[in-house]
Amino acid sequence: MAHVVFPGHLLAVTDGEAELDVPACNVRELLAALEQRFPDAGDELRKSTIAIDGLICQDAFLETLRPDSEVFFMPRIAGG
Amino acid sequence: MSESIDYKLVGTSPVRPDGVDKVTGRAQYGADLNLPNQIHGKVLRSPYAHARIKRIDTSRAMAMPGVYAVITGEDFPPPPEHGDVGGEAGGSIGDLARVIMARDKALYHGHAVAAVAARSLRIADEALAAIEVEYEVLEPVLDLDAAMAPGAPLLDENCFTKNLPEKTDKPSNIAEVMVLSRGDVDQGFEQADVIVEGEYRIPMAHQGYIEPHACIANTNEAGQSTVWCCTQAHFDFRAITAKVLNMNVADLKFIASEIGGGFGGKTVVYLEPLAVLLSLKARRPVKMKMTREEVFRATGPTSGTHCKIKVGAKKDGTLTAATAWMAYEAGAYAGSPMGAGAMTVFVPYDLENFKVEGYEVLLNKPKVGAYRAPGAPQSMHAMESAMDDLARELNMDPLDLRLKNAAEEGTRAPYGPKFPVIGLKECLRAAKAHPNYTRALPEGAGRGVAVGFWFNFGLQSSAEVHINENGTVTVVEGNPDIGGSRASMCIMAAETLGVPYESVRTLIGDTESTGFSNSTGGSRTTFATGMAVVRACEDIIAQCRARAAVTWGIDEDQVLWVDGQAIPASGVNDELKPLSLADIAENAAKTGGPLLSRASLTAKGAGPSFSVNIADLQVDRETGKIDVLAFTAIQDAGRAIHKAYVEGQLQGGAAQGLGWALNEEYIYNADGIMENAGFLDYRMPVASDLPMIDTHIVEVPNPRHPYGVRGVGETPIVAPLAATANAVRDAIGIRIHDLPLSPPRVLAALDAAGD
Repeated sequence: MAHVVFPGHLLAVTDGEAELDVPACNVRELLAALEQRFPDAGDELRKSTIAIDGLICQDAFLETLRPDSEVFFMPRIAGG
Repeated sequence: MSESIDYKLVGTSPVRPDGVDKVTGRAQYGADLNLPNQIHGKVLRSPYAHARIKRIDTSRAMAMPGVYAVITGEDFPPPPEHGDVGGEAGGSIGDLARVIMARDKALYHGHAVAAVAARSLRIADEALAAIEVEYEVLEPVLDLDAAMAPGAPLLDENCFTKNLPEKTDKPSNIAEVMVLSRGDVDQGFEQADVIVEGEYRIPMAHQGYIEPHACIANTNEAGQSTVWCCTQAHFDFRAITAKVLNMNVADLKFIASEIGGGFGGKTVVYLEPLAVLLSLKARRPVKMKMTREEVFRATGPTSGTHCKIKVGAKKDGTLTAATAWMAYEAGAYAGSPMGAGAMTVFVPYDLENFKVEGYEVLLNKPKVGAYRAPGAPQSMHAMESAMDDLARELNMDPLDLRLKNAAEEGTRAPYGPKFPVIGLKECLRAAKAHPNYTRALPEGAGRGVAVGFWFNFGLQSSAEVHINENGTVTVVEGNPDIGGSRASMCIMAAETLGVPYESVRTLIGDTESTGFSNSTGGSRTTFATGMAVVRACEDIIAQCRARAAVTWGIDEDQVLWVDGQAIPASGVNDELKPLSLADIAENAAKTGGPLLSRASLTAKGAGPSFSVNIADLQVDRETGKIDVLAFTAIQDAGRAIHKAYVEGQLQGGAAQGLGWALNEEYIYNADGIMENAGFLDYRMPVASDLPMIDTHIVEVPNPRHPYGVRGVGETPIVAPLAATANAVRDAIGIRIHDLPLSPPRVLAALDAAGD
């Protein structure tokens, strides 16, 4: 079960849920599970930057999740 | 590979491969190219900061001899309803389409409302003057407080604040709010022995790149267009232009010119769709270039900000709680670096209790764009100034206070995840040990320190490696070279292949001749594109081992690649003569054909980069003028590939940050017209204003990159703002909260203090 944490700005689309555990082996499965649970959150989740166990990924999709993985959704980072 | 430090080329400073063309004037920048039969495009811009466009009559202009095309918002497809530009200051593609050409409203002075293409610039100017635009002038909204106040005039009646706990149906100029928090701040402040507070304002500032935006578009009768432009991101420009004009990406070819500075500002499309559309209508190549005034008025500077900070600590310096409230100007459309500002404000410190509230606000100013480490300089200026005040209250050395609370590997960052290996403490210790930190100051001078940070990131990159018939190497990749990336790619390719630096050339391919790469921005090129180059070179090595094996008639796993040569494994056949890359290339026809490889990837694991700056300066108490006496930039580069370029990034960021701290600001009149839209009045530092910037590169390698690269381009601009403000505080004994620290502001502070 990956432990997922949403930042404050996403709580409006996650029914106020800030943290939850999701059974998923990779980010693709995680996003599918989250979109099923929070139908309004799809766009925001897919364009977020995702940090998996401290590794920041801009376009995460195929990354593997461990049973104890910690996943943070963050505003998309770019830079100048 | 990052475990080894026995590199032959990584960390050296060879001559840049593009240097001769640049110093002799041969290099082609955005405005240098001319095509046969080209005509000239120019933009009509709104004279009002806020106005409804009621009618545009282009008939007189279109009838003028020498005028080939006139376009307005009506000539464009409807702005796309879906899709984002991406990035801290990105926003929606639909809004970017409205920045490129206004539709029903002009939202800032200088907003494009029409464009013409004519035989000469003079005729183009006359045609612009002949266009009749009827405006309904509206009240402009020009500062954060006014824009956020209830009842403020609205820029967009359909803007409803995003991310509120409950959806609102009341339109507002506040486009978005963001809250980050952890722990219990009330309890944290109760535990504090000392609390400091401050309120800081920084006006809009521009990237100030020397080369104005320029492009030339040549569209054929089939609607296929080739665009030469100065850009940090020709693939992204192609994608945006296609979306704004509803064109097929395959009908657009973008060629990046050399680029005279970008710093984030040339990740945004302004002219290219206009040039393509004008060229399509005129059936001729259309060249467009901005004046400096247009660059100031109509391209994206970075946000003006208002930040409030409160920090509590115990007597021993342990931070117990902190809060930040911050408002960022987005300009005319949503999309600002507020989120990055919120995530970075407390990022250097291990904080159990904090709360950050961020607001992104629409005003009648140009839509902001990315500028080196977007959002971080403003928020970290506030926090690093407060840390300086805290050190004074605690009578602690400011570096010791930071070291006591510094984040390290495993510390949970304010934005959520735990840090991987980082070099903040190493930078702080390097600063503490640096002779510039303990050198005696002249009487009346002041010294300040501050910490900087940027995330760095990856995204998509591609690279191809061709081995020429004499064993020389051509690398082709898709990132315009802003800060010396050709040289860095050459170094990494040569190091990986084991060949001399001089035998490698790196070319920047256009959108049809090489694989996709995202922008040269976000400090990503040496990290991500470098990773692709290394992978492609590793594939070349694998091919060379296979070619040597068939040449020698032995198994491939019995061939090693050492110092640029294939050699037989120990004990296999000592009589075999090593085969160099040139030997293998020369016989390539017999062993399988030309040696060629490619790699494409989405790079993950960019390494965060921290910095520490030390500023020494003197304040003239009669004029308020500040002279920078010394400046030291210390930064964790992960590993410096081209040492002199890394030092150059640190020096360039310091110079820009000092300019921002000391003098740079957008000055608006009450009508929303920028009053200093030129380099005479928008005062950037010149060489005679600055001392030599001393640099010290800390190397805590990023384990996610084959050579340990973190990316260095953005962090250097973050710390100079607070380091300068803290040095002024040290020099005159007065905390000046707002920037820039221009002579009038410093003098006013001195006068108010009765000096």
